Amino acid sequence: MKLTLRVWRQKNADADGAMSTYEVDGISPDMSFLEMLDVLNEQLILSGEEPVAFDHDCREGICGACSLVINGDAHGPERTTTCQLHMRSFKDGDTIDIEPWRAAAFPVVKDLVVDRSAFDRIIQAGGYITAPTGSAPEAHATPVPKADADFAFEHAECIGCGACVAACPNGAAMLFTSAKINHLNVLPQGAPERETRVLDMVAQMDAEGFGGCTLTGECATACPKGIPLMSITSMNKEWLRATRKAAKR
Amino acid sequence: MTSYLEYTTGEPVVDTKAPAGPINERWDKRRFEAKLVNPANRRKQTVIVVGTGLAGGSAGATLAEQGYRVVQFCYQDSPRRAHSIAAQGGINAAKNYRNDGDSIHRLFYDTVKGGDFRSRESNVHRLAQISVEIIDQCVAQGVPFAREYGGLLDTRSFGGVQVSRTFYARGQTGQQLLLGAYQALSRQIAAGNIEMHPRTEMLDLIVVDGRARGIVARDLITGKIDTYFADAVVLASGGYGNVFYLSTNAMNSNATAVWRAHRRGAYFANPCFTQIHPTCIPRTGDHQSKLTLMSESLRNDGRIWVPKAKGDTRQPNQIPEDERDYYLERIYPSFGNLVPRDIASRAAKNVCDEGRGVGPGGQGVYLDFADAIRRMGRKKVEEKYGNLFDMYERITAENPYEVPMRIYPAVHYTMGGLWVDYDLQTTIPGLFAVGEANFSDHGANRLGASALMQGLADGYFVLPATINDYLARHPHRDEVTDDHPVVQEVLAETEDRLNLLLSVDGDRTPDSFHRELGELMWEFCGMARTDEGLRKALDRIPQIREEFWRRIKVPGTGEELNQSLEKANRIVDYLELAELMCLDALHRSESCGGHFREESQTPDGEAARKDDEFGYAAAWEFTGTGEAPTLHKEDLVFEYVHPTQRSYA
Amino acid sequence: MARTVWDSTVGKKTVMAVSGVIMLLYLVVHLYGNLKVFFGLQEIDDYAVWLRNLGQPFMHHMWTIWLTRAVLVVAVVAHAVSAYQLSRRDIEARPSKYVHKKPRATYATRTMRWGGVILGLFIVWHILDLTTGTVHPGGFQDAHPYENIVDTFSTWYGNVIYIVAMLALGLHIRHGFWSAAQTLGVGSRTRDRALKATANVLALLLTAGFISIPVGVMTGLVS
Repeated sequence: MKLTLRVWRQKNADADGAMSTYEVDGISPDMSFLEMLDVLNEQLILSGEEPVAFDHDCREGICGACSLVINGDAHGPERTTTCQLHMRSFKDGDTIDIEPWRAAAFPVVKDLVVDRSAFDRIIQAGGYITAPTGSAPEAHATPVPKADADFAFEHAECIGCGACVAACPNGAAMLFTSAKINHLNVLPQGAPERETRVLDMVAQMDAEGFGGCTLTGECATACPKGIPLMSITSMNKEWLRATRKAAKR
Repeated sequence: MTSYLEYTTGEPVVDTKAPAGPINERWDKRRFEAKLVNPANRRKQTVIVVGTGLAGGSAGATLAEQGYRVVQFCYQDSPRRAHSIAAQGGINAAKNYRNDGDSIHRLFYDTVKGGDFRSRESNVHRLAQISVEIIDQCVAQGVPFAREYGGLLDTRSFGGVQVSRTFYARGQTGQQLLLGAYQALSRQIAAGNIEMHPRTEMLDLIVVDGRARGIVARDLITGKIDTYFADAVVLASGGYGNVFYLSTNAMNSNATAVWRAHRRGAYFANPCFTQIHPTCIPRTGDHQSKLTLMSESLRNDGRIWVPKAKGDTRQPNQIPEDERDYYLERIYPSFGNLVPRDIASRAAKNVCDEGRGVGPGGQGVYLDFADAIRRMGRKKVEEKYGNLFDMYERITAENPYEVPMRIYPAVHYTMGGLWVDYDLQTTIPGLFAVGEANFSDHGANRLGASALMQGLADGYFVLPATINDYLARHPHRDEVTDDHPVVQEVLAETEDRLNLLLSVDGDRTPDSFHRELGELMWEFCGMARTDEGLRKALDRIPQIREEFWRRIKVPGTGEELNQSLEKANRIVDYLELAELMCLDALHRSESCGGHFREESQTPDGEAARKDDEFGYAAAWEFTGTGEAPTLHKEDLVFEYVHPTQRSYA
Repeated sequence: MARTVWDSTVGKKTVMAVSGVIMLLYLVVHLYGNLKVFFGLQEIDDYAVWLRNLGQPFMHHMWTIWLTRAVLVVAVVAHAVSAYQLSRRDIEARPSKYVHKKPRATYATRTMRWGGVILGLFIVWHILDLTTGTVHPGGFQDAHPYENIVDTFSTWYGNVIYIVAMLALGLHIRHGFWSAAQTLGVGSRTRDRALKATANVLALLLTAGFISIPVGVMTGLVS
């Protein structure tokens, strides 16, 4: 396959960026999208140009590092991560636009690399269960109904890639935040911190400069792990419940 | 200069920390004997932790909970992305919830036997003891393990054992355990107890007056090289499987932290013990950048086969039952498809070498679920393995519900690593190694679902108990600063190395060297090794190294995000580590676990150990790049599990 | 609590949802009353008089109407101010657009902001036209809705403004009702289809119902 790539190039956080056009040839349909970029980068290095910087690590769809907007879609046309997208999803002669995640809370670091540390700070605000090592009771002391365990797992699957934010026209982090809140709040172990968790995490999400939710559903469509839009509804419910409870105290 | 092959044998290395006495009392005894640090003084003690995987994340969180000041590093943009996240299958624990005869002693026994009698009994027993607490800890953190309808935890049997002791969270156990540790870590970061440095890579170790006192690290965004000082340094930087270029490791997983520590004096043990995982998705071409593992749990229900005839190119569904060779079931009737990883991998290699492999290049075997689907129904199979099947289909564009999967072995885990004593301390006082970075618990072969167990045991329970002893005995009152001549020297060396990489301006990319080294290692130091092949590799590696420094091309500067520079710098270390791996493999002229020497096999092709000659862990001391290292042997004593030739027939 | 709600994006959405539901309830009643126009001058004009005396003798003449107006003003202002502030925030949260443009989301979702502005302007005109009579074509008579309605929908611009606004209203309700349910946390997987269907039915009924009035005037059914 022969492809034309239009790639966002930006020297650093402060520099202005622009799309640059490159041609790549000899692309196999079995290559992953990132392997195709590897081909481009090998080509660039040999011609003395700087290769395109992009985040990637596990290349098996679980670490959440890869983060490209391909032809306007976060992670490209398939419902998966960029690293699990294969070139068989494209045609010979295609022109492909590759851009970084766009959101005020995710400033571009270089080329296609963005800073997602805002996500870490949202987790730090309350996305945990306080259980210092050594304090744990016997694992079978508290049975968890299978339905709750499955609900928790479904939301715990979030890989923190940020595709939800990238796809959201408002740059909102509702789906990411709600996934963690739902994972922990449904479990009996998470109950003692149920209210503070949702209030603090939502407050931190706002403080990071993410937008609000207009329920366009773009986030859930882009999510490579299929976190459902209803996750946000459940979080809203938790938030209202916590706000009422806090008011009573 | 003497030849690299003419290594010398030095004084044996002895683990002075493991107490004597009944094995099940040793850990308690050690914990009691270990000195404690007064809680008020802990805040004044700084511990550096490099890496945020299961071992590093859990260690950082626990040390911070104890009151130490923790300064932690990871090269990823977030501690949540460490490669432990990719572990699929599960985590072992001797809970015996199934009442199927499991016990701490059985897990201990299985692990020692599975490791082919090349691990330390005391360590393995401790691991089995702690396994029970890990599950409690993780459940308390909210790790959503699979549960049964009654609300209790579900378990399954896993790779090479006959009890059901593996706890799992669908096919994403590593992810869930890692996020648990990451969340505990996040809580401590928010509390101000951990100073977290993401996108910062350790490039060297600072050893002052014989003690580890800090590291040199590079901010990957600004390129700034900085020094960080502490009272103790913990390496939790993972394994070195990426020496092979193609492996199931993350693209950026690397050996720099451990190799730099080795160069500064830490012994490197059993570097040739690498694990080849039998169930990976076969490569599709030269463009392949990494390999993807499919959880070994698939072998619980999938049946492995190849055509009986050589060069059979029919579609798998058109090959009748009696023309299929279910070779694992045939050769190992009692364990069948569940034989340990090393055996399954080698068997796959053998049938492919016979010309019976399937798929592109004949480098693959079938893993067939047709029987399982008939037996349990598609829905049940989907429930158990759905995400793995989806992953397979995404990568290969083949539907495993309809056509058998194709699998082939790939480098997955490295049992070798920095030599550590019972306290997980390396031969450099004050330098500890946890998780895959150390060599301690898996011997020559790791059992499935044991890596997560070891990482968390080290991080949550072992290190936080043993590091106290070191810190209590060595309160560092003297500050180390940048002015110290040793620091100046280490800093200058690091800067020079990076500048040199940038200034060569040759005509080959970092990846081209990495790929060349990887192919060499896979061929000669992979699944089967020979004296002749290893000598060839040892001959070739210095040549590649020389060529590397002549022809490497790294564009850009060091004062910015420069992924080529990061890569090239890691390859510098691979080029030295690969040499030690080959030497270790050459010197160990026996077969054991993941290390198979063709010269040492039983008449029916099984690995033949030579316990009298090689019943030791080989700890290597660095003497200089390309210079013959010094071998220090740690004799392994087996008081409880007596070495027998493994038999899975 | 008020502070927590107002300072949070989730809280402000709650304000929008609650005020939206209040306005929606009002619209349903409003439409119900207005449809009396099809039963002739006497019926709807009597209804207008009745409304003015609603609640008597407990309430004074016009008090119920003023109370309703007060609630509606609060709802409109809260809805609009929240929408304005949230929109500004949303735009700031996504300062650079993608070079590769793609139509996203449904039409109803995308038109929430502009639809809201259109509806706001419509309300101003609607009040000046049929409540205060300031811009009413022909002679405005208080408590004579039948005549006033006929006047308004006898002008071409009256029809255009009204019909456009009611179409905007339909789109606004279609996304807004379902969205409010999510914001208030009452949505769920099992209820989602019912909620979406209700939103569609409400949007359709209100739009069709309101548009039927100018159509009635135009076709001479109401004259």
